[in-house]
Amino acid sequence: MADTTTTEEKKPEVSHGEHHEELPFWRKYIFATDHKMIGIQYAITGGFFLFFGFGLMMLMRWSIAYPDQPLPILGFLIGNNGIMSPDTYNTFGAMHGTIMVFMGVVPLAFGAFGNFVLPLQIGAVDMAFPKINAASYWCLFVGGLIMLASFFLPDGAAKSGWTSYVPLADIDIGLGQTFWLIGMIFLITSSLLGAINFITTAIQLRAPGMTFMRLPFFVWTQLVTALLLLLAFPPLEAAALLQLMDRVADTSFFLPTGLVISGEVADISGGGSPILWQHLFWFLAHPEVYVLILPAMGIVTEVIANNARKPLFGYKSMVYSLIFLGFMSFSVWAHHMFITGMGTTLNAFFQTTTMIISIPSVIILSCLFITLWGGSLRFNTPMLFALGFLPMFGIGGLTGLPLGLSAADIHLHDTLYVIGHFHYVVAPGTLFGLFAGIYYWFPKVSGRMMNETLGKLHFWGTLIFMNLVFFPMLIQGMAGINRRLHDGGASYADATAIIEPGFYSHAANYLYLNKWMSMSAWALGLVQILFLVNLIWSIKKGKKADRNPWGATTVEWAAPSPPGHGNFDSPVEVYNGPYEYSVPGASKDFSPQFEKGPST
Amino acid sequence: MSTIEIPYISSPRPDTGLVNAKLGIWLFLASEVMLFGGLFSAYVLLRVGAETWPEGASILNVPLATLNTVVLITSSITMVMAWASLVRKDINRYRLYNYATLACGLTFLIVKYFEYSAKFHHGLFPSESTFLAIYFTLTGLHGLHVICGMLTLAYLHFIGSKMWKTEPVRYTGRVECAGLFWHLVDLVWIFLFPTLYLM
Repeated sequence: MADTTTTEEKKPEVSHGEHHEELPFWRKYIFATDHKMIGIQYAITGGFFLFFGFGLMMLMRWSIAYPDQPLPILGFLIGNNGIMSPDTYNTFGAMHGTIMVFMGVVPLAFGAFGNFVLPLQIGAVDMAFPKINAASYWCLFVGGLIMLASFFLPDGAAKSGWTSYVPLADIDIGLGQTFWLIGMIFLITSSLLGAINFITTAIQLRAPGMTFMRLPFFVWTQLVTALLLLLAFPPLEAAALLQLMDRVADTSFFLPTGLVISGEVADISGGGSPILWQHLFWFLAHPEVYVLILPAMGIVTEVIANNARKPLFGYKSMVYSLIFLGFMSFSVWAHHMFITGMGTTLNAFFQTTTMIISIPSVIILSCLFITLWGGSLRFNTPMLFALGFLPMFGIGGLTGLPLGLSAADIHLHDTLYVIGHFHYVVAPGTLFGLFAGIYYWFPKVSGRMMNETLGKLHFWGTLIFMNLVFFPMLIQGMAGINRRLHDGGASYADATAIIEPGFYSHAANYLYLNKWMSMSAWALGLVQILFLVNLIWSIKKGKKADRNPWGATTVEWAAPSPPGHGNFDSPVEVYNGPYEYSVPGASKDFSPQFEKGPST
Repeated sequence: MSTIEIPYISSPRPDTGLVNAKLGIWLFLASEVMLFGGLFSAYVLLRVGAETWPEGASILNVPLATLNTVVLITSSITMVMAWASLVRKDINRYRLYNYATLACGLTFLIVKYFEYSAKFHHGLFPSESTFLAIYFTLTGLHGLHVICGMLTLAYLHFIGSKMWKTEPVRYTGRVECAGLFWHLVDLVWIFLFPTLYLM
């Protein structure tokens, strides 16, 4: 049935172009229900927000490097004669975090890659609920618009950090924080609908023969990610609702009795608990870290197995590690709260679970390293990014261990070390994975290859400048420089040097790094132009790609590039595991899942 | 668009034994449990941290809430009966029971309206105390769920029932999913009632 219908529909597209069954423009591109088009919508939106959030940060880096000096040329963007006030800096900081995490990386890693690749990899014609899929994208769109609109409010957007810690966020004047909360509710709804759709699709729509242990690792990562989103986001929705009540209905969920604001006791009923917010927030936000990293791990796994021309080492242990990681991520959240005075017993508990959760990540990473061992590696652009991911994520993970130990965390908490650690996980970590994925699946999406030379230049530039931006943060943080300071710690180092000469001058010794980091950040921005040029140029002018340009084994490469509506020419059947490379006795060095091979 | 067919919409997938919608609704219910779970945890943490916590019955109207509990449980029964009628291919009986469910939902909301307005009349607003704040938040969110449930049931009754003629099995499945949601809303109330009114 599906066979005849898909070929019927594809033919007229190729031969006549405008066929009477062709959907009108707004149904095909705007309110689309096809998972591939929704994936592209997610990609464009997520990509836009990534560059927007990066832009905010590049402006902030001016203030860090040259505090209280007018910004040349682009000064009109921040008003105030181009001088960034601490308030503007706080706004940009809070929105940078929110945009990057919830509107940049999640839509791209989960929404875009999951939507486009997951149904193809399991041999499905579409997602299980196409209309809910569209609804999920449009919730993201509305949430994103609300967040963007909040920049134009009289008092500006939210400025209490991406964590929106209370009581600060509760008593913040203006509507910015309220917009943030309402926007978040839309973004959470979007993820929730997406998660339900992904899980149902991965369980219900697998092609015949696609057993769970034949699922590509990428599908597993998306499945676990979806479960995390499904179960971790609702408590944040609850928390956002409570904070909204605090701000709109004057309740005191997060405001303690006797709270003093600007020297006066606040007129509130009191009785609330600021720590409650932190518990609810981190109950989401720690699994959220895995939401950010797991899809990237999945992409890197696909790319490495493909370009090592070797079966993945330890597929099963990777899958079990992944599932264990998902479960454990719900019991580590309070390691973000060691200095709230939870007490040593709770600290010891969360410190132990944190050490335990590092084990599955190490297993996954080790399996990837061992996969490389003895492989005949191809160093194309996706592979370079995937190989870059391994040590970068390694640094990110290892620098997290001192933060997970409560004694070391007391010193490092709220310093730039935390920022350095987290960005190593998410920027050269997740983003490298996402870049690898874009270069890897671009031929499937567009039918054309991306330019290798530009891609390699993009990789090396990104690798060098990312490290120049983030590594000094680790040094500055260990020297005690706090995060969230609009002058990059200058006044802080000065003031404390007067109180206790000698001791804090340690921090002052590392302030010179600020200028180098800022320049590296701007250079990093320039390097991304190579990527944008490559992307746009390749859509029209790239080398034509056939169905399976990388010689890959997973099912998405059985579909035409780009796949038509309904994806496959004929229903797919799956005969073997996902990474059958260099099978002895096979005619070629890859035995696709969708072809009967000598091993079956 | 209509040319591709997504499998397992009305007949279950053999190895999982599920239709897509049923898996989807159960996943959604899991997320709802986490949502209310988060709010109940907030309740526990606030109450444990409070110096004094009022007796629910001293502020709230227990008889009215008891009535509402009975009304909601009844509505769950009529909901099951409505679905069972569809399984027996009796659309008219389904409509009858569905009206009963909708009537129960409406009764619940009207009673809730009187409770709320009595509170506001006595100056008992959410800003008054943490107890009232969590009371209004929890019951308000639950009320919102009742409204959404009723809208779904009404949609299936009046607009969605066209599907009964073309795809009766799928339509029955939809009613079952709506019913599952309705039972969850009922269940949340069964937890809310003792937590807020009796403890």
